[in-house]
Amino acid sequence: MDLSLIIMQLLSGIALGAVLVITALGLTIVFGMLGVVNFAHGALFMIGAYAGLYLASLTGSFWWGLLLAPILIGAFGMLIELVLIRRLYGRSIDDPLLLTFGLSYILVEGVRIVFGSDGIPFPTPPQLIGVLDLGVGFFPRYRLFVIGLVAVVLVVLWLALEKTRIGLIVRAGARDPTIMQVLGIDIGRVWLAIFGLGVGLAALGGVLAGPMRSVNPEMGSLVLAEAFVVTVIGGLGSIVGAVVAGLMVGISISLVALFAPEMATIVMFALMAVVLLIRPQGLFGVRGRTA
Amino acid sequence: MPKSGSTPKITRRTALAGLSASAALLAMPRLGRAADETIRIGFPTPLTGPFAAEARDQVKCAELAVKLVNDKGGIGGRKVELLVRDDKLNAGEAATRTLELIEKDKVHAVVGALSSAVQLAVNEVTRARGVIYVSISQSDTINEAKDFSKYTFHEALNPHMTTAAVARQTLKKGMKVAHLVADYAYGHEMLRGFKRAQAAIGADNVGEILHPFGAADYSTFMPRLMSMRPDVLCISNFGRDQANAIKQAVDFGVKQQMKIVVPVILHNQRLAVGPDVFEGVVGGANYYWGLETQGKSAAAFNAAFKAANGGAIPTDYGAYGYSGVGSLLAAMQTAGGTDTDKVVDALEKLQYDLTKGPQHYRKCDHQSVQSVLVLESKKKSAMANDNDLFAILANDSGSDDMLRSCSELGHAT
Repeated sequence: MDLSLIIMQLLSGIALGAVLVITALGLTIVFGMLGVVNFAHGALFMIGAYAGLYLASLTGSFWWGLLLAPILIGAFGMLIELVLIRRLYGRSIDDPLLLTFGLSYILVEGVRIVFGSDGIPFPTPPQLIGVLDLGVGFFPRYRLFVIGLVAVVLVVLWLALEKTRIGLIVRAGARDPTIMQVLGIDIGRVWLAIFGLGVGLAALGGVLAGPMRSVNPEMGSLVLAEAFVVTVIGGLGSIVGAVVAGLMVGISISLVALFAPEMATIVMFALMAVVLLIRPQGLFGVRGRTA
Repeated sequence: MPKSGSTPKITRRTALAGLSASAALLAMPRLGRAADETIRIGFPTPLTGPFAAEARDQVKCAELAVKLVNDKGGIGGRKVELLVRDDKLNAGEAATRTLELIEKDKVHAVVGALSSAVQLAVNEVTRARGVIYVSISQSDTINEAKDFSKYTFHEALNPHMTTAAVARQTLKKGMKVAHLVADYAYGHEMLRGFKRAQAAIGADNVGEILHPFGAADYSTFMPRLMSMRPDVLCISNFGRDQANAIKQAVDFGVKQQMKIVVPVILHNQRLAVGPDVFEGVVGGANYYWGLETQGKSAAAFNAAFKAANGGAIPTDYGAYGYSGVGSLLAAMQTAGGTDTDKVVDALEKLQYDLTKGPQHYRKCDHQSVQSVLVLESKKKSAMANDNDLFAILANDSGSDDMLRSCSELGHAT
């Protein structure tokens, strides 16, 4: 087997993994900090893609769509937390799960009603059309950009969580919300911000995926399944886990596609099964955690 | 989870075994039908899932065919009613819905289904109950002796016809051909068709990659396809898979190296990803509205569809809904009602021209003999208006030579 082919295949896997990382990250942060399994995550990914497309066509620039859609949909996520999710804290984990599950149906049907059930073209930004010669082969510029942007987002997120006062509060809030309240911190505002962040990341994933796939109301359902697999492999609630598992899944899919292409979708579920057998809490998960 | 029709746990045969058990419960003596009773046509189609856009067009056109007959007073004074059911692109679901249509709604015939696996499930139910079924899904197997019955009619093109027509326009002796194929019946049948055509032409096969049905990402297949260095890449998949696969191939610069060819080029998917992505892609089709400059029946069909749908144009898969229901209703007119044997007889003898020129059902396997179009997606600057999607490269008129022979399909000749 040609070495350059394997390098190209690895790169495809990383690009694929990058989108997985961003979507899984939002899911895992919300679960880790809030204990909410957000079944509407895929639908919000899809809404993000539509919002990005709409804002891009409104402003005439993909970049505004990329910047504004996650903020706007993140704010929408905060509204969901404030109006719906908040009432269910302290109840069993199934309640927010069922709520978000129902919400996902409403969002998908809503988009079908407004934008129709056909796909809509999401043009690649003109600066990123075409391929770049990497010496070993040609790779789409847009996918290289996605890898770079996801790396930047990860660094910013890590700095914010590890090096800032707000990050400290968030991490402490996840560990022990009661003590935080005793210390006089409004934990409700922290949870609001976290849910908004999680939803914003879903929307960012949607906008990034838009130019690679056609945008349609069902695009989130497959993504939700993939994001869940990644969070389970990485460990529920673990940010490092989501990053490692996302890249691992992307690269596995890509390398399996090289040798047994028809197995490309199955491989991530096989990987999940193996991880669950050996380390039921996931690669970076904490044993017995129920959030 | 992908909403796919390929749930591996339930095969169509096990689903049907379960169904026949439940059918025993449902089965009750059919009520005597009054002569002035409405004629009911069942229409299962995948309204949800990745083929939803095509399915919706089928419904619109099927409703149009029914409306035109009703406007002229129905069949022997009886009104026609279309009962649309969502088969969710799932063979088990389709079998259940079809059984309900027959047992509960007492339909007189069934038309529909879009996926090749789903049509076979519908066919098993209709065949067992002796109800006429006009399939409008592209597949070869339904015409083979093992799935065939005298109640089974196939209005759609089949993979053999489209791949042969497309290959004739795009392949030459000595060309290198690679395949990206959806890993289910439709893809396999298209691949078989292409390989047969390319062998006849003398083109070389340099490789084939099977991809999972309903995949969203095709990037992982592209480096290997490009390393095969083919002159032509045949992408044999359907619905959104077609749009996504072509879009991502174009992102990887595939079009600079090779020509992209598809067995069936889809109107709705071309709309979903835009002209730049599809530019230069060649594929087969049963219908394109632009045929109206070449034939009266296309012009009439377009006009009727526009009038009923606020000026919109009919699509390829929509036309199947129209001709599938239309041919059945024409046969019922001839038969003077819904007597199954008489309608089957009328369908076998029917010569019809509803959308694109003369068609008839071949006697041995009830495949509709019809013309095949080969279309090329236009460049944005060459489009006269938003509906001007394709250039017609070829319009091969229908003949028995296009089809696999009756004996090859296992029919007594």
